[in-house]
Amino acid sequence: MQIHQYDTVIVGAGGAGMRAAIESTQRTRTAVLTKLYPTRSHTGAAQGGMCAALANVEEDNWEWHTFDTVKGGDYLVDQDAAEIMCKEAIDAVLDLEKMGLPFSRTEQGRIDQRRFGGHSRNHGEAPVRRSCYAADRTGHMILQTLFQNCVKHGVEFFNEFYVLDLLINDGKTSGVVAYELATGEIHVFQAKSVVFASGGTGKFFKVSSNAHTLTGDGQALVYRRGLPLEDMEFFQFHPTGIWRMGILLTEGARGEGGILRNKDGERFMERYAPVMKDLASRDVCSRAIYTEIREGRGCGPEGDHVYLDLTHLPPEQLDAKLPDITEFARTYLGIEPYTDPIPIQPTAHYAMGGIPTNVEGEVLRNNTDIVPGLYAAGEVACVSVHGANRLGTNSLLDINVFGRRAGIAAADYANEHEFVELPENPAEKVQALVDGLRESTGTESVAQIRKELQETMDANAMVYRTGATLKQAVEDIAALKERYKHVSIQDKGFRYNTDLLEAVELGNLLDLAEVLAVSALAREESRGGHYREDFPTRDDVKFMQHTMAYQEVAADGSTSIRLDYKPVVTTRYQPMERKY
Amino acid sequence: MSTPTVEKHSAALDAVEAGGVELITVTFRIRRFNPEEHPDPVWVDYQLTMDPKERVLDALNKIKWEQDGTLTYRRSCAHGICGSDAMRINGRNRLACKTLVKDVNPEKPITIEAIKGLTVLKDLIVDMDPFFQAYKDVMPFLITQGNDPTRERLQSAEDRERFDDTTKCILCAACTSSCPVFWNDGQYFGPAAIVNAHRFIFDSRDEGAEQRLEILNDREGVWRCRTTFNCSEACPRGIEVTKAIQEVKRALVTRRF
Repeated sequence: MQIHQYDTVIVGAGGAGMRAAIESTQRTRTAVLTKLYPTRSHTGAAQGGMCAALANVEEDNWEWHTFDTVKGGDYLVDQDAAEIMCKEAIDAVLDLEKMGLPFSRTEQGRIDQRRFGGHSRNHGEAPVRRSCYAADRTGHMILQTLFQNCVKHGVEFFNEFYVLDLLINDGKTSGVVAYELATGEIHVFQAKSVVFASGGTGKFFKVSSNAHTLTGDGQALVYRRGLPLEDMEFFQFHPTGIWRMGILLTEGARGEGGILRNKDGERFMERYAPVMKDLASRDVCSRAIYTEIREGRGCGPEGDHVYLDLTHLPPEQLDAKLPDITEFARTYLGIEPYTDPIPIQPTAHYAMGGIPTNVEGEVLRNNTDIVPGLYAAGEVACVSVHGANRLGTNSLLDINVFGRRAGIAAADYANEHEFVELPENPAEKVQALVDGLRESTGTESVAQIRKELQETMDANAMVYRTGATLKQAVEDIAALKERYKHVSIQDKGFRYNTDLLEAVELGNLLDLAEVLAVSALAREESRGGHYREDFPTRDDVKFMQHTMAYQEVAADGSTSIRLDYKPVVTTRYQPMERKY
Repeated sequence: MSTPTVEKHSAALDAVEAGGVELITVTFRIRRFNPEEHPDPVWVDYQLTMDPKERVLDALNKIKWEQDGTLTYRRSCAHGICGSDAMRINGRNRLACKTLVKDVNPEKPITIEAIKGLTVLKDLIVDMDPFFQAYKDVMPFLITQGNDPTRERLQSAEDRERFDDTTKCILCAACTSSCPVFWNDGQYFGPAAIVNAHRFIFDSRDEGAEQRLEILNDREGVWRCRTTFNCSEACPRGIEVTKAIQEVKRALVTRRF
């Protein structure tokens, strides 16, 4: 075991982690621990853009953006946080440009902007061009630009280090414990402040746009340390994933004029969202697609998908604005999007919920108090700027605005505080975890349990949910957790043991899936991405509040979930009926 | 508004939607190496029954998940964006997640081995540190003089287009590890580092071109390139790598960029 000491430790090197690192490295001695080489992070898969009311191509302002964000989140958004995000969006985009990000440009040489789902002029009048983009590679460019600037500032990375535990002593942050993939060695990092920026958890669904590596590691280990997870029942299903594969096809495709069609060729979104049509928010579009499918208007012999039609757009426009997604259609489906519509279905995409924080990125341990020295930003966190449904592009915005804020706050905290002593045997828990898996003689397989978890989540906790399906999910997950206790691995070695890490990741997915299902079962209303067929309307009296899920450990070591609720911060906008 | 599109179906779309999958049996011949077990690499055959329209990465996952959990490789996004899974498939550098089994002649055993020129650490995993070091050495970040403007720097669409091709790089190392010069001389910067230098040298906003060109004028710099075009063929993002290297060479001679 090795022990290291850094003022600030950042966990994760996607957009939020690297944005935080650029700030903290200039202020404190910072280490970034990342289970992937930074440029492998899933920020790079984001495509369509990052919204900010630059008003480069038409009238716009940050207040309209704030309203759209609050409405898009079905009024579960903390409005003070949304206002900060939409105000700071403008500088966040300009900062990236100054760092070198190669945005697509207007005729005048300014940053170009395009339409995106749920983003409107003057509180819902019509779609507005707000998304700053670089073709359909905006996430790639953000990830590369942030990595380039990390190189420039000499950020210290520990690549392929898996953080498996958070150390808290006397209520304060004292560090993290990590597993080094190359050697199997355990490392303790003592730190004055820790920033979690470890990304999402979409791999508990089968059809998902998420990378294999998005297994909710940060959420799970914080949760096991007794800290709450907020709003985990709100998971976004992106309307346009490649049929059966789930690979993301950007909403920017519809921003450029793409149309969703059913088997009759009908532009069905006109019926569901008369004003915004194909650019309604993602929850609305995904439900509409499944309604078409359920009512027999789906495409193909099994009627289980619809089309994203780009065939009316000029090939030059597709080449210039949507080069990657059209290539995905060619590579993975073997069709030509110039002339063929693309078969799509909703795909599990984004966790609105996560580790609760305030607007400085400080992690909450209950509805009001923070954990000194602990921060979170990006998809792992819940500020909450996305509420019940995130608007397209607001995730790239979130990571830049709150990644920066968390990096500054964590560094400032480190500069003002001393190290907190490490707890006795700091690596004990992690050592027991990896030894247990390596030495297990059980007969259960990681891949089989993961497959069954994904199947029950797709069947029971997706776009349409009922009390009965969610109870089924809870039951199935409990049974899988029981089987997971007897899981074993084939690779017993120390060098690059990815077999071992996949088993650890599955444990994280199981815990988080359970929190999702239990939180969703308790929320007897429909709001944003959480749709209950048995409770099809929003219930602001009972449920305009955030879910806070805690793990309770009984004397015999068994665990259960306790749910609590936290009020929503409402400033300017009173809840209204949500129409697009 | 509702233009029916169903009549326009191509045979390709019909084939995709028909669903009915014809499974085939494929042999994957993988070069395994685990110094914890044995000092030498060994070729191992695995047989799979699978849909030939699946990715080579899907095949590796099936082997790992259903047959042999010790098989080790890097992967993340699984659709050609993150650059984790560059490997030699039938002797050619490709991303496993962007290569469909049907496209690599599945009638014969499909060979899979680690990319060349970087130290193999286990199975398909190589040491990426020298690769990233070369990248860092070309100063891959925007260099400017003076104060930043209040708003964005202006850049015409034409100026933006000038370096578009090299912004696509995902640092997968498929190009560098396909280069015979790099195989023989690990000190050579390699195509990927030059591509990333090109991305800034030809960015109208950047003022660090002279510094980068001096770095690449080194004996291990661009002049080592023998224009064999392996790198361009290997690039999974379709970057014209050799052309980019030629443009950097020309800029060194003419000092125009």
